[in-house]
Amino acid sequence: MSIDLTTKYLGLKLRNPLVVAACPLSGDAETLKRLEDAGASAAVLPSLFEEQIAHEEQEVNRLYEYGSESFAESLTHFPELHAYHTGTKDYLELIETAKAKVQMPLIGSLNGASPGGWTSYAKSMVDAGVDAMELNIYYIPTDPDMCALDVEKKYAELVALVKDSINVPLAVKIGPYFTSMPRLLKRIADAGADGIVLFNRFLEPDIDLDSLTVAPNLVLSSRHELRLALRWIAILSDQTEMSIAATGGVHFADDVIKALLAGADVVQMATALLRYGPPYVKKLLEEVERWLDEHEYTSVEQMTGSLSRGNSPDPSAFERANYMKALTSFTSEFPTG
Amino acid sequence: MSPRSFVTIDGNEAASLIAHQASEVIAIYPITPASPMGELSDAWSAVGRKSIFGTVPDVIEMQSEAGAAGAVHGALQAGAMTTTFTASQGLLLMIPNMFKIAGELLPTVFHISARTVATHALSIFGDHSDVMACRSTGWVMLASNSVQEIHDLAMVAHAATLEARVPFLHFFDGFRSSHEVNKIEVLNADDIRSMIDEQYIKEFRERAMNPDHPVLRGTAQNPDVFFQAREACNPFYDAVPALVQKYMDKLAALVGRQYHLVDYVGAPDAERMVVMMGSGVGAAEEAVEAMVARGEKVGLLKIRLYRPFPSESLMAAMPATVRQIAVLDRTKEPGAIGEPLYLDVIAALTEQLPAGRAMPRVIGGRYGLSSKEFTPAMVVSVFEELTKAQPKRHFTVGIVDDVTHLSLKYDSEFSTEAKDVIRAVFFGLGSDGTVGASKNSVKIVGENTPMYAQGYFVYDSKKAGSVTVSHLRFSPRPINSSYLVSRASFVACHQFNFMEKMDVLEMAEPGATFLLNSPYGADEVWHQLPIETQQQIIDKRLRFYVVDGVKVALEAGMGGRINTVMQTCFFALSGILPRDEAIDEIKKAIKKTYGKRGESILNKNFAAVDGALGQMAEVKVPSVVSGTLKRQPMVAAGGTDFVQRVVAILLAGKGDLLPVSALPLDGTFPTDTAKVEKRSIALEIPIWDPSICIDCAMCALVCPHAAIRMKPYAPETLAGAPATFQSKESKGKDFAGMQMTIQVAPDDCTGCGVCVEVCPAKSKEAVKHRAINMQPKLDHLERERQNFEFFLSIPDYDRTKVNTATVKGTQILRPLFEYSGACAGCGETPYVKLMSQLFGDRMMIGNATGCSSIYGGNLPTTPYSVDAAGRGPTWNNSLFEDNAEFGLGFRLALDQKREYAEYLLKQQASAVGDDLVKAIIESAQQDELEIAAQRQRVAELVQKCQALGTPDALRLASVSDVLVVRSVWILGGDGWAFDIGFGGLDHVLTTGRNVNILVLDTGVYSNTGGQASKATPRGAVAKFAASGKPARKKDLGMIAVAYGSVYVAQIAVGANPMQAIKAFREAESYHGVSLILAYSQCVAHGVNMTTGMAHQKEAVQCGFWPLYRYDPREAHKGGTPFQLDSRKPTSNFKDFAMQEARFAMLARTSPNRAEQLFELAQRDIDDQWHYYEQMAGVQRDIVNELNEVEA
Repeated sequence: MSIDLTTKYLGLKLRNPLVVAACPLSGDAETLKRLEDAGASAAVLPSLFEEQIAHEEQEVNRLYEYGSESFAESLTHFPELHAYHTGTKDYLELIETAKAKVQMPLIGSLNGASPGGWTSYAKSMVDAGVDAMELNIYYIPTDPDMCALDVEKKYAELVALVKDSINVPLAVKIGPYFTSMPRLLKRIADAGADGIVLFNRFLEPDIDLDSLTVAPNLVLSSRHELRLALRWIAILSDQTEMSIAATGGVHFADDVIKALLAGADVVQMATALLRYGPPYVKKLLEEVERWLDEHEYTSVEQMTGSLSRGNSPDPSAFERANYMKALTSFTSEFPTG
Repeated sequence: MSPRSFVTIDGNEAASLIAHQASEVIAIYPITPASPMGELSDAWSAVGRKSIFGTVPDVIEMQSEAGAAGAVHGALQAGAMTTTFTASQGLLLMIPNMFKIAGELLPTVFHISARTVATHALSIFGDHSDVMACRSTGWVMLASNSVQEIHDLAMVAHAATLEARVPFLHFFDGFRSSHEVNKIEVLNADDIRSMIDEQYIKEFRERAMNPDHPVLRGTAQNPDVFFQAREACNPFYDAVPALVQKYMDKLAALVGRQYHLVDYVGAPDAERMVVMMGSGVGAAEEAVEAMVARGEKVGLLKIRLYRPFPSESLMAAMPATVRQIAVLDRTKEPGAIGEPLYLDVIAALTEQLPAGRAMPRVIGGRYGLSSKEFTPAMVVSVFEELTKAQPKRHFTVGIVDDVTHLSLKYDSEFSTEAKDVIRAVFFGLGSDGTVGASKNSVKIVGENTPMYAQGYFVYDSKKAGSVTVSHLRFSPRPINSSYLVSRASFVACHQFNFMEKMDVLEMAEPGATFLLNSPYGADEVWHQLPIETQQQIIDKRLRFYVVDGVKVALEAGMGGRINTVMQTCFFALSGILPRDEAIDEIKKAIKKTYGKRGESILNKNFAAVDGALGQMAEVKVPSVVSGTLKRQPMVAAGGTDFVQRVVAILLAGKGDLLPVSALPLDGTFPTDTAKVEKRSIALEIPIWDPSICIDCAMCALVCPHAAIRMKPYAPETLAGAPATFQSKESKGKDFAGMQMTIQVAPDDCTGCGVCVEVCPAKSKEAVKHRAINMQPKLDHLERERQNFEFFLSIPDYDRTKVNTATVKGTQILRPLFEYSGACAGCGETPYVKLMSQLFGDRMMIGNATGCSSIYGGNLPTTPYSVDAAGRGPTWNNSLFEDNAEFGLGFRLALDQKREYAEYLLKQQASAVGDDLVKAIIESAQQDELEIAAQRQRVAELVQKCQALGTPDALRLASVSDVLVVRSVWILGGDGWAFDIGFGGLDHVLTTGRNVNILVLDTGVYSNTGGQASKATPRGAVAKFAASGKPARKKDLGMIAVAYGSVYVAQIAVGANPMQAIKAFREAESYHGVSLILAYSQCVAHGVNMTTGMAHQKEAVQCGFWPLYRYDPREAHKGGTPFQLDSRKPTSNFKDFAMQEARFAMLARTSPNRAEQLFELAQRDIDDQWHYYEQMAGVQRDIVNELNEVEA
């Protein structure tokens, strides 16, 4: 059995389509090594958040300014520390240690929404050795006067800003909530992005009933979430030259295969790896390879996008018609009696 | 050799730069104004900065200055070059070791920011009373007069001591020199190396104690030899003057600055001469220059080497023509013939005058105590006094003495300020960054232009909302003007509301520029100014500019930090630098200061700079005043005579004008004065919504400033209430049929928001809305002022009817500690307030020096107040180190007086009535009712005694006050209780006497700026523990518990208010020693003070601060005395720690060390919890016959 599992993502040649998504696992050089040994072809490092960078800077600044130069006996309250660092320094150190440990490409990740100083950290990450960057745009419009075009413009500007500051490929990770996904994608591509990651999973708020406070927490993905990405990958893969990564709900070999069929160049996984550990990559790859073998594919390239909207015998299945069909199958699967 | 650089630094740094490079061991203890020297040394060593010997000096913080001196002594005996820094009481604590160090001929240098020794009052400011107290120790004393001199003479001292084998006290004036920022040339490492002769280091090391060639030192000697042995050191002292001059010459050869033991300036044929030392020399030299220029024959003798006194050099330096000498001393020695320098000069002249030469007439004067201003005008008055036929032989200058009439009059109009010197004054708030920006401006000019620059900063006595005044000079020549700017060519007022009450233009000279941070534009600002201010602007023909600094700062994301905006405008208007260059330099300075804080911070500052000039506009000054606004008095009319006559003047910043007769002669001040100081510093104040209030009183309990009050009252009381006065039906059966109100004191609130954070009552319709909510003050101010006034007019609830075991009950009691100047959101003051509510009307407080003594007793006002009957806490601060003993003394006196009163009572029983006497003696006074009854009985007794009128009856009346039970409280912080005062506290714990000790534990020396104490938790970053405190926090509570006879409680009011109240009541009722350890959040923790109470909760939840009470009475009842009041930890230490910058910063600076220390800290908690749990099961009954605690 010799099936060519290689794929290309963001211009990088990868030995297979299994990429570790930005998650706690990828924040540890040792674990990255174990993931690589298990077969992962690349990894996205955990996101450095705009808020985190700015927040930490503000907090440290506040610490030194608050109550200082106010009272003759205590002009300061805290020793001036010479080598403190906010999250960024740790991050850059992680890149350096991880690069020394693993061979696979490492992708840096920045998460933010407004143009600002924080985007300059993209360059710092590149300087520290990442092979590509992932820009994770997380923007929640709350202003009723902001229209869809304004939002698109904001995305495009941010992409251009980051792209201009780096000399490695750039992927953009977005959420699914857009009036016109194809249009947005086009703008992002025009702004210089080399790839698109579908979809970001937003941190959703929860409410603590005891304290009546809003308590955001992140829950792990569930398998059905992949469906949303499948639709848009199938639609978009026909329309763009950009690389496509599927993420969110890729748990089993079947999911990997489906994403590739729809047109993804790679899949990014986090939940399943958190749940089953790094060795799971190996198992998954074996299963994907077995499926390909059983179905007489010779390479991943061959199957990528072979069931995109354009290549599908029933394109409408990715469109509205799909809705009725899904409902039918849902009720039949779980009879309500 | 690397080139020398010019830097702008303060005096403390100038001294430290030498001391750190020329030392191997540095043993320190924080004390204002010397603390920065230790802090800098510690910070430098923490980052591995090496001395000239190639090693990093070992900086160690000790438990007191006495401890530091002991460690220095030991290090010197073991052969390490060692130094320390201190001031005032700290220096006094070193004296015993100083005698030893000198007696053993050990070379060392102590750098002293000379500070007033506490007498009738403490003062953190500068004079020579501390160093003068060291005259007999046998140390060389070297005085520096300016920042450059401090640096240079520090070098001379470190070099000379090694050869001289005599220790050096190098001193300079606290604050005036220690905190003045000035441009100086610093010596580089090669200079220092070449100044120090290695031969003498070698010899010093050879003399060190060493078992290879053992010696015996520190012997006890007897009458046979002690005397002779004491005289054996004489040759070393004889050699000192020449040696010091030798090293001064060596320095001169190296850097070109020539100093002498005594330097003379002035007319070569002077007839009148002033002799002095210290920073005042700067002002004196200017006066002499001006007087000589107008032809007067005057001169100034600057003393640099004070001990051994350089009689010969003095004689040599003094022109032979001098006939009249005034010697100025910056100290006071009551009862002496004259102050020390005066006596020394007379003695020197007597000894040294050549035969036949007439003795000049010498008079002596005091000046500048506690940093009192000392100006050229005052020097002129001294010279004028010398021209009189009958001058005052002893005088003072700088004050008005209308009691003993010693003071000289001076012409305050006299000035020596040169035309080409730019003098700028900036009025700001501590919180708006004015001082920081001013320091930066001095640096920018000092380090980037050939000009010289000087900055001196004046702070008020408050920690929250404090006003700062920055005095800056820029000159083409070195600046030695050692006094405040009084004729400013530039005045900036950074806070518009200062215009309401303060006379900021008083020091503007005619034609000066006035820059005002104003929400009103150039067209509309005029009418918003008081007419007095308008008149000044017109009369002085000021150029008047406004800028909306707040708007620019807000747009730049800087919040209230308007400093960079105002700084940019200053540079643009002053023209010190070309505008573009100035902006460039400001940005460079910002980058230097804030660079490591991150790009977002830099960008905000840059945006503020860029936005500033566009917002600035010149005001077209009308030719006449208009409008009706008048400047408001600092204190409203009314109040006691003393308040109007003294306090109001202090509050107006005019305390310098008060004559001697206006002030109390023994340091006694009235209490109940904070209320007259309506500072109105909050931007937002809490507004009550009675519709959802549940009467829990938590807001009032946690308010650090007693600015939220609660009162129940009869409904009819509301007649005559302002229409906006809010009221609700009071809850609970105790208050059936009554109304109640929660009222904010709008001008006294600091806006900290702690009350709102703890309010548990949330609106059903909008969760964010609580029963109190922060709202813009200006929207509510007038209304709430009226409401508060009405609230105060409602009679206090009868305290005998209050259940003080509840939160609500305690908060109904009137706080007798109100509106302190503590930091907004202070974690200590809620405890002090609660204590005052429970026991204030019969309370005596001994307060250790520290935050609580500063917000408690720093003039102009005190937060300690009185109830409707005029009773309230009576308060005193002795020292830092002796507070437990001081408070114990209260108890000894009270007990003795009570015994005497009882003796007299029994003696007078038949005369005043047996029943009354019996009732008085037997009254247990265990609750408010009984106390009230006892007060009545005692009043009756006094009446009867006075009616009787016999000597014994009158004697009884005079001591009868102690028959009403007193509550003795010993207050202080952890620096006192855990470190410097621990020995005394420990002793008091064993006495069994009825005193209560409240330790406000912030885990650092808060008042001096956050230095580590033994209460600092493991893993916390603090000054002197920059790499995280390695050792575990001392468990003071368990040390006390071990005695078995001490009531001990550990409390956190934000975590468990009921337990805290219970602890206070139990402690007070226990007839023995009680110790309460109170968790107090502090700005030095790096927490958001608004949510301070939540931090307390989490500290308890994770087991970092377990709550417990140990009550020996329980043991006597056969129970378990140790009661664990908090639950088993439910969270881990690290989660708690990462929310406080004191811990979280360690994770940022040294993640591995943080990980390790946090893990150890968790183990501490686990271990401690396990131990406490076991304790809670132990039965123990220690018989304590000392305090007669029985079952």
